[in-house]
Amino acid sequence: MKRIALLGMPNTGKSTLFNRLTGGAARVGNWPGITVELLTGKILLGGDMAEIIDLPGIYDIHGFSEDEQVVRHFLHDNVPDLAVVVLNATQIERQLSLLIQLKQLNLNMVVLLNMADEAKKFGITIDGDKMAELLGMPIHLISAKYGQGQPEAMQAITKALRYPTPGMAEALRTQLEQDAHIEHEMARVLSSAVQVPARLSDTRTDKLDSLMLHPWLGLPIFFGIMYLLFQGIFFFGQPLQGGVADLLGWLRETVLDPACAGLPSWMSELLLDGIYNGVSTVAAFVPIIILFFLFMAIVEDTGYLSRAAFLMDALMAKMGLDGRSFVMLLMGFGCNVPALMGTRVMRSRSLRMLSMLVIPFSLCSARLQVFVFITAALFSPKQAPLVLFSLYLFSFAAAIITALLFKRQFANTEPFVLELPPYRFPTGRQMLLRGWHEVTHFLRRASQFIIAGVVLVWLLTNLPASAAPASADTLAGMIGAWLHPLFAPIGINEQLTIALIFGFVAKEIVIGSLAVIYGMSGDALGGALGQQLDWVQAYSFMLFTLIYTPCLSTIATLRNESKNNGFTALALTWSLVLAWVVSFLFYQGARALGY
Amino acid sequence: MNANDFNPHTPLSSLAPGMRGTITDIHTDDSLRQRLQALGFRSGKDIEIIRKASFGGPVQVRIGTTDILLRQTEAALIEVRAA
Repeated sequence: MKRIALLGMPNTGKSTLFNRLTGGAARVGNWPGITVELLTGKILLGGDMAEIIDLPGIYDIHGFSEDEQVVRHFLHDNVPDLAVVVLNATQIERQLSLLIQLKQLNLNMVVLLNMADEAKKFGITIDGDKMAELLGMPIHLISAKYGQGQPEAMQAITKALRYPTPGMAEALRTQLEQDAHIEHEMARVLSSAVQVPARLSDTRTDKLDSLMLHPWLGLPIFFGIMYLLFQGIFFFGQPLQGGVADLLGWLRETVLDPACAGLPSWMSELLLDGIYNGVSTVAAFVPIIILFFLFMAIVEDTGYLSRAAFLMDALMAKMGLDGRSFVMLLMGFGCNVPALMGTRVMRSRSLRMLSMLVIPFSLCSARLQVFVFITAALFSPKQAPLVLFSLYLFSFAAAIITALLFKRQFANTEPFVLELPPYRFPTGRQMLLRGWHEVTHFLRRASQFIIAGVVLVWLLTNLPASAAPASADTLAGMIGAWLHPLFAPIGINEQLTIALIFGFVAKEIVIGSLAVIYGMSGDALGGALGQQLDWVQAYSFMLFTLIYTPCLSTIATLRNESKNNGFTALALTWSLVLAWVVSFLFYQGARALGY
Repeated sequence: MNANDFNPHTPLSSLAPGMRGTITDIHTDDSLRQRLQALGFRSGKDIEIIRKASFGGPVQVRIGTTDILLRQTEAALIEVRAA
């Protein structure tokens, strides 16, 4: 199969194009010569299937960031049949340098000038034909977001793919380092094919930024936006979750209960009270998660995250981190795993390690499910969103305390230089793809961890067979009793202890386990928890769930990214200790105050 | 106009928001220089200070059509001739 590599600088819409071409049906793959996984997808071009690989965005093929090394090694060890270079047309004067660097690698190449529509708004005119002639390669103006120019671009790609790739001579690389040559060629192409107005007109981005990045208003606006976002998730998501839970409960009563009536009782209990209750309790949260990622996608796609980095950098610097660490913390609200991988852009190892130490404290969407469920069960509808917001504040606080305590061990002088993209409107298509991606991500997690987790919990709460289910005589009861001295001082009972043990694998399992342990799901489970726990115990449990060891995927990612077992062990131990201390202080403090 | 305006060795960090200048030299180590060059920082390029963050945070500068954030410590290593 022919192989196409997508290349370009960050913020060029490369990934948008990749998603558009592959229809979002991408998978991760391993490649020789590099240790990180890359997204690949298969597309049909002129009757043949071709494989397309989304390489990380780079500024400079000679750069030394991890991403730049990945791209260099990939190209070296897996010379593609075609390189599709995506450039941001609005920044053509500086993106051209990468194109000319790549051109010298003598690859079979097609150039796509993306965001052609946006460039036009800036008053930038690009003579594509002239540029193609000067550079001696096909160039197409497209809009990856809206799909303009895509059919023509696909034709060009299909055509170019017919030619054999010229290959790449090792000697070419030294030649590339001659910046003078690159600058000369850039000037030649730019002066005759591109016209950029001397000074850009006051755009909407500038006007919006004068408010959003205002010296005094910027930070309050940022926290206001975050607060509204979380309010919105709770406000829209909670009824949706209740609806789905009811629907799944109804399905069990009308279809599954009668269907399993003929089975031996242990089997129908395992299938219904174990697997179905467990998985459906978790599945009811899928709408909230989709909603959450839609909101996150809006914040991300509009370009607001870089603004957040600008606003927070001064504060982050006091903790030995920088604005990018803060953005990664925010990304961690979705899922800690990609946020940890995102630290690859940091060159200083110390800064990267310190960022990776604090990211697992981000209240990820899996933990959000646990908190939505418990706050809805124990607090009034008026209090619940505030309680949820307070947990986000605790999440930040845990990250801050950790950074302050460890910043001396991970001292660094990494420079902070970041591009600020203009504001953009996210498109419906991107939102839909994102939502769909989350559904498939959930199904993968469900099939890998959640089912196995709830089955194990069911076994522990039902074995030995002589014991009454979920009683003190079961295996779960014994483990709970054994750990009781450790968890009693923080107000966590034996049933919740079992749920926490399994939450180590994936935090979603915490509610799935509770459903299995209590033998109930949905509102009934919420009611049972509300009966058994007071708010101080529940809050202490949530604090512990928030801070204690991140899920198994996160730990695996920590290990992979740091390549250091000692560091991984430190991250694990520290989060357990901090969780216990915070819950202890909260629980005993609240009790001492008479709550 | 003050004398500073004609000094070709003004650090970028000392320019106030709204001021413009021309880059005359970049005094960083090689790896940061390479990155800055990829972002458009080159001698002879015009640069404008858009704003500075509070609490001594980063500066936002504009070179051509690209906006870049950088810390004051990095901005101090870039020499400009104020316009």
